[in-house]
Amino acid sequence: MNTEISVRISGEAGQGIVSAGMMLARLYKDSGRHVFAIQDYMSRIRGGTNFFQVRAAAAPVHSPREKCDLMIALDKDAVEAGLPALAAGGLLVLDRNKYGLAEPRESWVDVPLYALAQEAGGPIYANSVALGVIAALTGESPDNAVKAAVREFSSKGAAAAEKNAEAVRKGFAHVSAHVKERLPGVDAGAHGADCLLAGNEALALGAVSAGCKFYTAYPMSPATGIMNTVADHAARFGIIVEQAEDEIAAVNMAVGAAYAGVRAMTASSGGGFALMCEGLSLAAMTETPLVLAVVMRPGPATGFPTRTAQEDLEFVLHAGHGEFARAVYAPGSPAECFLAAKRAFNTAERWQVPALLLSDQHLAESFTNIAAPDPAAEPPDRGRLFTSGFDALADRYAYSEDGVSPRPVPGRSCALAAADSDEHGPEGHITELAGVRIKMTDKRLRLKLAGLAGEVLPPTVVNAGAKTMLCGFGSTLGVMRDACAAVKDAGFVHLPQVWPFPAAGMSAALKGAGRVLTVEGNATGQLARLLRRETGLQADGSVLKYDGRPFTLDEVTAALEGGH
Amino acid sequence: MDLKDFNSDDPVTWCPGCGNFGIQAALKTALAKLGKKPQELLLVSGIGQAAKMPHYVKANFFNGLHGRALPAAAGAKIANRGLTVIVTTGDGDCYGEGGNHFLHNIRRNADITVIVHDNQVYGLTKGQASPTTEPGTKTRIQPGGVILAPFPPLETALALGCGFVARGYAAEKEHLAELILAGIAHKGFSLIDVLQPCVSFNKLNTYEWYAKRVYKVGPEHDPADKAAARALAEQRERLPLGVLYSKPGPDYGELSGLDALPPLADADLSAADITGVLQDFR
Repeated sequence: MNTEISVRISGEAGQGIVSAGMMLARLYKDSGRHVFAIQDYMSRIRGGTNFFQVRAAAAPVHSPREKCDLMIALDKDAVEAGLPALAAGGLLVLDRNKYGLAEPRESWVDVPLYALAQEAGGPIYANSVALGVIAALTGESPDNAVKAAVREFSSKGAAAAEKNAEAVRKGFAHVSAHVKERLPGVDAGAHGADCLLAGNEALALGAVSAGCKFYTAYPMSPATGIMNTVADHAARFGIIVEQAEDEIAAVNMAVGAAYAGVRAMTASSGGGFALMCEGLSLAAMTETPLVLAVVMRPGPATGFPTRTAQEDLEFVLHAGHGEFARAVYAPGSPAECFLAAKRAFNTAERWQVPALLLSDQHLAESFTNIAAPDPAAEPPDRGRLFTSGFDALADRYAYSEDGVSPRPVPGRSCALAAADSDEHGPEGHITELAGVRIKMTDKRLRLKLAGLAGEVLPPTVVNAGAKTMLCGFGSTLGVMRDACAAVKDAGFVHLPQVWPFPAAGMSAALKGAGRVLTVEGNATGQLARLLRRETGLQADGSVLKYDGRPFTLDEVTAALEGGH
Repeated sequence: MDLKDFNSDDPVTWCPGCGNFGIQAALKTALAKLGKKPQELLLVSGIGQAAKMPHYVKANFFNGLHGRALPAAAGAKIANRGLTVIVTTGDGDCYGEGGNHFLHNIRRNADITVIVHDNQVYGLTKGQASPTTEPGTKTRIQPGGVILAPFPPLETALALGCGFVARGYAAEKEHLAELILAGIAHKGFSLIDVLQPCVSFNKLNTYEWYAKRVYKVGPEHDPADKAAARALAEQRERLPLGVLYSKPGPDYGELSGLDALPPLADADLSAADITGVLQDFR
């Protein structure tokens, strides 16, 4: 047996790669193993080469590996595409006859995937055949594999579930009877964690749990998954999900709805968020609580629609014209996504500011097992929202010590709710007075920022005082965690919130470190610059990745060892 | 309710003689007749001279971004469906900057009443052409005259299936007040395009110019007759005023299931217990 295994299922879009991957992840998770699964897909609906790569282990895992121990190629292109990522001693399963590859090669395992799929009902069942093949090659129980298939396809009816179950059995039986190669399986695990969640799902569940009742967005990869998950549960929780005509409409609808008294949210990726910037500024000026998720992908412009990056840190910190306070969360795991979403709604309402959730494709669409999120965490705090009994004489933008004014829900009290995108006086009407301008700017910017800074999430510090300290935000949490567990005398600092910047916490965490390296999914070291600007600390270097792919454990480990 | 219940204490900044005063008077008259309190009303606007209206009529108000009054209004109506939501916007705000929202909010059909102060010119930015400026009109930016064809709001709204399409005139205050009341009564997106003289920047479409051309459609017009409505909307030499088209139909609240829910703004947030949902992810 082995401490871990990485399995890749690869093929063209439309072949059910995601279903196969989810079945495999669930098979491992349900048998007590920890899993971390990434999706790598092209921006197309059919064709190309996509894969779903599952890492399973007896101990917790939070990042992908560079190489795979086992690959299943569901079409010919996947064979060539996958070979460079096959580990030494690994196996690649393919259907040589179907793909017209006459010559066998070392490491190839020939399985008539499509003949078996045909027996089960047609070529579409090749993905379930693959699951049976994987189970047989790696010593997993066929019953668990069948269970995973039934679970995956039960929503399509009992007949579909049974056909897929039969495909799993055929794949398993064929390998058991006709294939001699085997791979060491994974040690038994016994984790108590029991949800399999991707970042987008967890973030959406956090929003639902926070009492978000209006979600509006324009579809854009990789942010659409949030809308999908909210929509799945909208009827049950009385949520209206509205697909907007464009991102400008989405953000303005969300601000209008939040003004009128609901918890409202929108999300997009870089290009769509660019369109939302004026609306973000509007939320700040009108002091309307807005929750906005930015799920990053590589730019500029359309970039890599389905791939990952952390290029928009500086963009999100500065987006929107004018100067105003905002909170920017950068959750690093599905568990943090859930909590950050709930916290963002509270922060937005307590401080009457925009609260941004900064994610990326890797975090959004990678699945991992986590303890079930606590629905009672971060209970709703609506700040100075008045649903009734509001004093009509109190001004909507009344000056206060902390910059926050009473906010009436329109129609629920004798008060009138004012909102103005122009500079305005305390009562909300347009003004051009210099003195008012200064007081209002101080209210929206300085006072609120000070308040937000007072409750900023502290950085997560692991192995403080280690010789090398890694430093990252968002989705690099997992790979930093795994790398620092694998390499001696290495620690890391993860920022679950990047604004207000926790300068004191960062200075303390990095004090005495022999070497500080930022780990960032961009080409310029944006976090290193931010760190220097806010703390004066100059990182000794940055491990940068900007090829659209997530960091692998091996890359970060190599970077750590390279400097030792 | 009385007219004075809707008096705002914010000083008005429109030019003397501006058509906006007529629209303001008509709006107050309509609101007084409607009988709802300022607290039950929400005035939403974008940017422009028309967009200052919410400051000058007492009610809840949301004065948002240029061109973005409609999505903000739709969001507010969805959030708080008991509010009577009225948008005061202009030809630049609604038909230019916010054109996409105009198209899609007719399709969305939330129960909002949209009053477009259509003065065929940009007032706040001092005299540039608007989407409804007459071709040939000379401006500093278009010294040879406007060459773009004018945007036809009424015909566009009819083509998109808008359930309430009307045209008013700023100088016909009582008539306009009735149009506004009819628009509020219509369940769904109601468009009232209001011909509005701009005394500072539009030297063509003056009170005198309009007086020669406007006329009120008579009882012989059946507002449920779309072909007849289209024919009226296409008239250019004379300008018909009144409800050109009105047909009830299901609005956003009905189709989205919103009407079956308590107003979203009244939701009990602590009731969003996702414990059961988490089972799906186990």
